[in-house]
Amino acid sequence: MIAHRAWHWPAAVAVLLLAAALGIAFGTVRLSLAEVMAGAVGTGDPLHVTIVQALRGPRVLLAALVGAGLAMSGASLQGVLRNGLAEPYLLGVSGGAAVGAVLAYAAGYSGYGLLAVAAFAGSLTAVGATVLAARAAGHGARGDPRTLLMAGVVVGAFANAAIMIALANAPGNTVRSALWWMMGSASDATWATGAALALMLSVAGGALVAGARDIDALALGDEAAAALGVDVDRAAPRIYLLASLVAAATVAAVGLVGFVGLIVPHLVRAAGIRRHRALLLAAAIVGATLVIAADTVARVALPPAELPLGAVTAILGVPFFLAQLRRFRA
Amino acid sequence: MIEFRDAVVRYHGAPSPAVNGVSLQCPAAQVTAVVGPNGSGKSTLVRVLLGRQPLAAGTLHVDGTDRRQLSQRALARLVAIVPQREEPAFPMTVREYVALGRLPHSGAWRAETPGDRDAVARALTRTGVEDLHARPTDELSGGEWQRVRVARALAQDAPALVLDEPTTFLDVGHEMALFELASTLARGGLAVLLVSHQLNLVARFADTMVLLERGRVAAAGPPDAVMSARVLEAVYEWPLVVIRDPASGAPAVVPLRRSPS
Repeated sequence: MIAHRAWHWPAAVAVLLLAAALGIAFGTVRLSLAEVMAGAVGTGDPLHVTIVQALRGPRVLLAALVGAGLAMSGASLQGVLRNGLAEPYLLGVSGGAAVGAVLAYAAGYSGYGLLAVAAFAGSLTAVGATVLAARAAGHGARGDPRTLLMAGVVVGAFANAAIMIALANAPGNTVRSALWWMMGSASDATWATGAALALMLSVAGGALVAGARDIDALALGDEAAAALGVDVDRAAPRIYLLASLVAAATVAAVGLVGFVGLIVPHLVRAAGIRRHRALLLAAAIVGATLVIAADTVARVALPPAELPLGAVTAILGVPFFLAQLRRFRA
Repeated sequence: MIEFRDAVVRYHGAPSPAVNGVSLQCPAAQVTAVVGPNGSGKSTLVRVLLGRQPLAAGTLHVDGTDRRQLSQRALARLVAIVPQREEPAFPMTVREYVALGRLPHSGAWRAETPGDRDAVARALTRTGVEDLHARPTDELSGGEWQRVRVARALAQDAPALVLDEPTTFLDVGHEMALFELASTLARGGLAVLLVSHQLNLVARFADTMVLLERGRVAAAGPPDAVMSARVLEAVYEWPLVVIRDPASGAPAVVPLRRSPS
């Protein structure tokens, strides 16, 4: 079995920083790395300063935070639910967010802030419904992971139906906006959005990392986790909620970005990291790198059009994933 | 070390209690075995100890403290439990797995200490799995996996060890090795509580046997006292004789055919 090495960490951080620098350099106006540095500190061409500080800087930050959040959320849920197919949207985050956003569009709101709030509220409502439904089905506060997965699927199906009904008779531009939102995009990034997401991530993501030992134990099964000193009925729901909170915050910021939360944890495990504290931190670094790269491709692949971020993460990720498939064990 | 007194457990919706007034003690430096037919309440006692099932009446004390006063973490430092089933969701190396036994002692942000590494190394040695330390958990045989699970529990460095059906799926050699290990650990001072179906093996290795029948204690005491054909026939509802094992001198059950063959 592969063991990870200490030098992997600085190497991963270096790759992340390189991806961020390249993400800022690439675009309609191509900058050199020296121009990126000059723009970042505020010297150099005023146009370059604007591009770096007001446009691409916040966008790269937002992409990084989204990638980090989704990867940590996915890694946590895969561990607690003991299922390699678990992903951040599993407990209804995506469906709930989409319902919230579509309702906001249908009501005539298209401002970024209100959409974000509506999506966030929709996510948390759906996650609440999923967890309550699973709890009502028995098996204590933790819920049977299988029951929880099924409840998530059913709540998602309900949300899809609600979206279809809401969009069936909506005007064309509402449908287009809603659809575009669901495909995910970081194009509206501002420092304020980045700061809000950074705050959510440091609180909820930090709590996930602090409770990573519980995830290590819960990944062995409930009885083994209890034997190792974990209060299963409290720890498991706490991790569900924190992971969903992180995912909901990313969805509120950029819409739906699939694949990252599912795949990045497997990539990190295949690199030999299996304890969840290290796994969550490494997944955050790799997820950030992947989404920065995907967002850069989304901007520069077919100018002047932008590709949907969620589609690019999958298109970049799938071949890599397939090439690595034999190393994954779940 | 572990003491149930008049314990009663009711499962939600079940017509009769799963455990109905059981008292038993598991002292240090002894192997105490809980035996009985399927559904007699053996594993329910382990669930109560784990805190996965509350007592409806009676008490459970661990190291003199009421179980309800102990946090889950405090319990894990006093009693290392190997549950019936346990499997990592994602494979890891044997060493990484055994190191999970240190979780009850570790802090949220603390790295592995030299003390942790010592405890893991000792646990690997005592169970004879040190050669397997780099092997992935999903490539172990059934016997190796059981020993690795016991190593994980020993890494907890608790004064009591509970093994719930540890020899299911094991062949005779591995079964004997596991019982020998339990016996050695008890001689080293551990309080060992063994839940098992293997009457004859238990009779050879246990200091005290507790025979359960439908949630009640049908017999308890040294193996010679509990292994009575009359009691066992009634509990297992099957004709049998108890003989002396010619090799060890311990009492052994021989179940009979119902129809003469």
